[in-house]
Amino acid sequence: MNVIIMGCGRVGAELARLLDAEGHKVSILDMDASSFDKLPPDFKGTALLESATDEEGLQKANITKADAFVAVTREDDKNAMAAQIAKEIFNVPRVICRIYDPLREEFYESLGLEGISPTVVFARLLKEKLEK
Amino acid sequence: MYVIIIGGGGVGNYLAKELLNSGHEILIIEKDHKRCERMEGELGSVSLCGDGCEVAVLTKAGIARAGMFIAVTDEDDDNLAACQIAKQKFNVPKVIAKINNPKNEHIFAKLGIEHTVDGVALVLEHIKAQISMFPLIHLLSLEDKGLEIVLIRIAGGSLAVGKSVESLSLPLGSIVSTMIRQGQECQVPASDTILEAGDQLVCLIPSGSEGAVQAMLGISTQEEAG
Repeated sequence: MNVIIMGCGRVGAELARLLDAEGHKVSILDMDASSFDKLPPDFKGTALLESATDEEGLQKANITKADAFVAVTREDDKNAMAAQIAKEIFNVPRVICRIYDPLREEFYESLGLEGISPTVVFARLLKEKLEK
Repeated sequence: MYVIIIGGGGVGNYLAKELLNSGHEILIIEKDHKRCERMEGELGSVSLCGDGCEVAVLTKAGIARAGMFIAVTDEDDDNLAACQIAKQKFNVPKVIAKINNPKNEHIFAKLGIEHTVDGVALVLEHIKAQISMFPLIHLLSLEDKGLEIVLIRIAGGSLAVGKSVESLSLPLGSIVSTMIRQGQECQVPASDTILEAGDQLVCLIPSGSEGAVQAMLGISTQEEAG
């Protein structure tokens, strides 16, 4: 699978490592070069100093050949915009974005985006642990 | 009308003042506390400190009764998010976004935000209008009609010199509305008016046909030569 990840934070870098280790072709984008330090030394994918809310940046990551796009920057709006560009303009088959604000996540789902709200997921996990 | 503005920078501030002066009810949503305080001092209690992309903040702002929603922050992704929520979740009748990166205009349109103002392009056109080497200047976009009002300057070696207005064969739907000739009053040119170097034409042309107009007038080659 060809996967593009936007945002090389802890989550982005870890996802890149996992997918790369399983043999998937990973491109990871970030606007901060030092964020790529989080990638493992044996990472075989591509790290690009580009913005994924920019069409040219996405083209450099070969978005037209991507099977999946994941947006996990710190900012909800950036994730939502990049995800919509990937989905609506480049027709990437699978697009997932992180949206911290649960109300906004609901809204983006109504637009057809696949969102994950860490706020909701983590709160649910904590509750389950507590109830055990 | 109740107008909500997202972003209390320069544009947001002046827009708020103009709207207040013309008797509208406004609210500026701004993240930065200092900016909010400054606006309170200057304009009265017309600001709400918070993130204009958050559904909860917008609900608190009374977005359900807003007649217009204008996002003018310096971040395109924020402007897009705020406008999409206003339009698609709260059905605000008129939604306008400022665009900071000209490349994003068609992305906004594709994602449902058709009414945009490209700040960079506007400044650029104003600068070009001050410099005589640019032969085609955008004066106004009539988005709803798919038309552009442009000013064409006929330069010395242009292909248009010596041609009549009707033989210019401008793109279908174009109208030459006014001719400005040195030393003469503005006039509506007759179809057989012969164009001279230095003439300026105010024209209506279909959006997206600027390239064709430039080519037809021999403007682009002129530009390179000049």
